[in-house]
Amino acid sequence: MTLGLGVPSKGRLMEQTFDWFAARGVTLRRSGQTREYAGAVDGAEGVRLVLMSAGEIPRELAAGRIHLGVTGSDLVQESLADWQAEVAALAALGFGHADLVIAVPAAWLDVETLDDLDAAAAAFRAAHGHRLRIATKYHRLVREFLRAHDVADYQLVDSQGATEGTVKNATAEAIADIASTGATLRANHLRPLADGLVHASEATLFASRRADWSAPAAAAFADLSARLGLQRLAPPGLGG
Amino acid sequence: MGPAAAARAEGERLLAAFAAAGALRVEAPVLLPAAALIDLWGEDIRGRAYVTRDPLAGEMVLRPDFTVPVVEAHMAAGAEPARYCYLGEVFRAQERPSERPREYLQAGFELFDRTDPAAADAEVFALFAGLLDGLGLTAVTGDIGILAAAVRGLTTTPARKAALLRHIWRPRRFRRLLDRFAGRSPAPPERVALIARLSGSDPASLAAAAGPLVGLRGGAEIARRIAALVEDAAAPPIAAPEAALLYDLLGLAAPAGAALAHLRGITPLMPAIGPAVDRFAARLAALAARGIDPAALPFEASHGRSTLEYYDGFVFSLHAADPALPPVASGGRYDALTAVLGRGRSIPAVGGVIRPALVAALREGRA
Repeated sequence: MTLGLGVPSKGRLMEQTFDWFAARGVTLRRSGQTREYAGAVDGAEGVRLVLMSAGEIPRELAAGRIHLGVTGSDLVQESLADWQAEVAALAALGFGHADLVIAVPAAWLDVETLDDLDAAAAAFRAAHGHRLRIATKYHRLVREFLRAHDVADYQLVDSQGATEGTVKNATAEAIADIASTGATLRANHLRPLADGLVHASEATLFASRRADWSAPAAAAFADLSARLGLQRLAPPGLGG
Repeated sequence: MGPAAAARAEGERLLAAFAAAGALRVEAPVLLPAAALIDLWGEDIRGRAYVTRDPLAGEMVLRPDFTVPVVEAHMAAGAEPARYCYLGEVFRAQERPSERPREYLQAGFELFDRTDPAAADAEVFALFAGLLDGLGLTAVTGDIGILAAAVRGLTTTPARKAALLRHIWRPRRFRRLLDRFAGRSPAPPERVALIARLSGSDPASLAAAAGPLVGLRGGAEIARRIAALVEDAAAPPIAAPEAALLYDLLGLAAPAGAALAHLRGITPLMPAIGPAVDRFAARLAALAARGIDPAALPFEASHGRSTLEYYDGFVFSLHAADPALPPVASGGRYDALTAVLGRGRSIPAVGGVIRPALVAALREGRA
């Protein structure tokens, strides 16, 4: 079985992934029509390039349908309940940086930390009769973060886009979202909490622990690992 | 008989015993509206329960627990006093790989009675201990009411007491707050800087400089909390001997009889716990009258703080020797929950649940 390598199928993430591999002597390229999601690999034996949505790569890794995949660490940790049991992080690739932060209206002078958020949520619930709502699409990461910090009296509301606008539209009181530069937060009169960094995401090369790592895939992995300068030469199977 | 049939048979045996103790058998739906449960337990329920969506009714939860539907049914139509029992599946999502079942039978008994709380506590515990006798279980008991009374009696501001009371069920945050209020740890630097800014200018102009106010949380709410922060910064720390007594109380673990003697000993120093200690003494007397020896009954003042979120008085659990197994039985008093669900009405209530599958496995030597 050839080694399946999943790579984002479009945009900056795809280009930077291609650049990262090219700098290490492995050429990834699209084959056929530009609208066709087919790819080819030059410079490494037995590797099959699979172009797919960055958001689907965690699921494909967990299912073992691809051996390796490049995607954001936020997407892996959000979509896989026990991600370390499903995948191994082989290399942080140094691009695709994005911070998942909890942000509140900048005018909330009294709320700078998670402790403040917790106290403000208690008072808000007493005054308004419902929990303080935090809009996000990163439900698992945010819930686990707030639980680990013992924040109570909040509830998450789903927001799949334009999350910064939910506060102004009064569908949420605060948000948890990716803030690459902070400019969108500021434009919407929001400010991150001082200790509200939920996850610092980065494009990462992951390996599936569930894939078939028998001889052909293992040999291709050892060869590719050496070319990419990875520490790990043995395939990361279950328990490895 | 396979494990599932054995669990069902054990559950029916327990239910027959609950009925013989005067309980009315009740049923509850498996699909419950999510809103009430999420409001009660918060976002954690979405991690621990199966939440699904009905095209018309909105978010629904697969029954994680019988207490809420049973209390709601009682508050809507029940006579007093009342004893209820139930047997059915509950569903708990596992967020980490775990041997624990996602779907299991629960047999429960709930007692609503406003006449004699000590006797009601003892009735439930003695009933459970008796039904599970011979399985080699270890009991642990506690009393959230004593902790709450100790917090209410602190010499500090009402806001600090309210913050501590709110976090009794979150031991780490409780400890951090207590350390800060007792002057054992410094205020966070952001707070110190904020108080300094506030003393240099008025909150209204600071708020105006911070940007336009967006969202439902209004300027008056922000102003109220700023006033509370300023008050808190000026409040003296909880005196060291008083804080030491509370730290000591949090760590109290002893046989119930000895724990009572210790609590009697410190009551002159913490008079606020007096009534709660009297209730503890009355419970031990009621347990002794039912043949439970206080000298042999383990008591931990902090028991039930991290897992049994709505209990506010007596709490108990019964455990098998293997620490990897969940409690075979657990329960306690939840007076405040009936007030929340009763919309203005409330009734003192105590109850508990047993895992029949675990009982059957222990009986057959499978666990």
